[in-house]
Amino acid sequence: MSRARFDLGDADRARLAAAFPQAMQPSSAGRVRAVAALVAAAALAVYAFWRLGFSLDRLGSGVAQLAHFVTLMFPPDPGTQLPLYMHALGETLAIAFLGTLGGALLALPFGFLAAKNVIPNIFAHFGVRRFLDAVRGVDRLIWALIYVTVVGLGPFAGILAIATASFGELGKLFSEAVEALDRKPVEGVVSTGGSGLEGVRFGMLPQVLPVLASQLLYYFESNSRQSTIVGIVGAGGLGLHLAEQIRVLEWQKVSFLILMMLVMVGVIDFISSRLRFAIIGKARITT
Amino acid sequence: MPHAVPILPDDQLAPLLTRYDAAVRERQRHTLIGVAVVVACIFLSGWMGEVRPLVFLEHMDRLPNYFWTILPTLHWATLWSDLSEWYWNLDHWLKLLVDTILIAYLGTLLGGIGAFFLSFLASANLVANPFIRVTARRFLEFCRTVPELVFALLFVVAFGLGPLPGVLALAIHTMGALGKLFAEVVENIDMKPVEGATSSGASWSEAVRFAVVPQVSSNFASYGLLRFEINVREASIMGFVGAGGIGQDLIEAIRKFYYSDVSAILLLIIGTVMIIDLLTEQVRHRLLGLEGSR
Repeated sequence: MSRARFDLGDADRARLAAAFPQAMQPSSAGRVRAVAALVAAAALAVYAFWRLGFSLDRLGSGVAQLAHFVTLMFPPDPGTQLPLYMHALGETLAIAFLGTLGGALLALPFGFLAAKNVIPNIFAHFGVRRFLDAVRGVDRLIWALIYVTVVGLGPFAGILAIATASFGELGKLFSEAVEALDRKPVEGVVSTGGSGLEGVRFGMLPQVLPVLASQLLYYFESNSRQSTIVGIVGAGGLGLHLAEQIRVLEWQKVSFLILMMLVMVGVIDFISSRLRFAIIGKARITT
Repeated sequence: MPHAVPILPDDQLAPLLTRYDAAVRERQRHTLIGVAVVVACIFLSGWMGEVRPLVFLEHMDRLPNYFWTILPTLHWATLWSDLSEWYWNLDHWLKLLVDTILIAYLGTLLGGIGAFFLSFLASANLVANPFIRVTARRFLEFCRTVPELVFALLFVVAFGLGPLPGVLALAIHTMGALGKLFAEVVENIDMKPVEGATSSGASWSEAVRFAVVPQVSSNFASYGLLRFEINVREASIMGFVGAGGIGQDLIEAIRKFYYSDVSAILLLIIGTVMIIDLLTEQVRHRLLGLEGSR
């Protein structure tokens, strides 16, 4: 069977255009605004390229050099330093684990203090929130530097840095989770004769615990990435060795360290996603 | 109306109760094992991480002291001159701050452009060829797993000191992070416009341009702005490894114990990050509102 194709005549087009004016001609105001936004973005980009000193030959020679380094990276080889690197890997894991846990323990009370439905006083929760914002505004590497001057070089400074940064972020997330609480289960428990404490235990905790646990695991994943770099400022872990080997241009060791990082992050992602599914069920998590 | 609660006879109730107890015990056993594992991990990592709680407690006062010392001495009578002494290098710092924001901007823009093109290739509903899709996904995964500071360290060696390696490092990491989010948005679109475009003769790229992009653009922009916020924070530390921005001055101030400089630069960074957070939040709400009204 052959299909019939209709060729629209000019008269038909005009009729359609009259019937559906919005569909047939693009709104010129919206188009002008979109083009203006694009032009502004491009102009800013050109200005930034100029100001930050981009040049094509610098880019070209850099890429050539980078390609050369990449050829030197194969095969990855730790040399005789494998035990040292395994120890650094352990330190990295310890930093991620204790940092996340410490941050979460600190964040829990602050999460309640920053929640509107727990502290109705607007000044109190506004103050707590701005405090958390300020803690979050400082990057974890800056915290690491500060802690290195306070407790000295080593992984302990890294733990404190990761804990402080996670505290700021988790505090905000916890307060949002607490604000989203449904009061009805608590009322249900109390109305059937439960005490206030039992209301919290059986009405509130089951609601917040899965959310908190899944956020905690998510932060453990992200902190395991972050804890690899706090070593760059001397706070322990793989980053210390990585920065050192890059400085002395030992490319095979560099690629081995990066490989270790990738494997570690992959394994942790796998384990924590399994744990997350076990805790909150097979639901899809949007993080 | 009173409800009758049926009470089962004992011989029916007993097996149910034992099974209930067994189920409860099973759960308690799981919880106990979980707690034991966590406690073991805490001790293990405390040992690995050289945690010395006693030493920490002993030197606990150093942390508040540090924050106390980095605060400038301001007197009400000489407030103006004290302030100008505190921010003695303000012109230079503001210049570096603008550099930092521009590094974040370029990194987000370049990374966003890369993520835009790769996300369509990584989406299961647009690309039937598993080889292309899996390759695109693995590539994005690699880009976001390696921390941006590691890229920055490598690029500083290859490209030399300055903002250029910082921008490239941010762009690569941003491409990985945004590419994943973008691909998720693309996989959740309504496929009917795509089918409509394809059935009326559109090629793959035309279908993407006219059927996919209009559906995803506001979400993409919103994610891009969120990433810009994060990148401003990241760009502020790129200077730690010599990759441009205000981080260079900050690390010098901290290392050389120029106390009041530390607080001055930190406050500048925190203020900038907060202002940018607020601005992007406004724009994002408007973008999401656009999405909702359509």
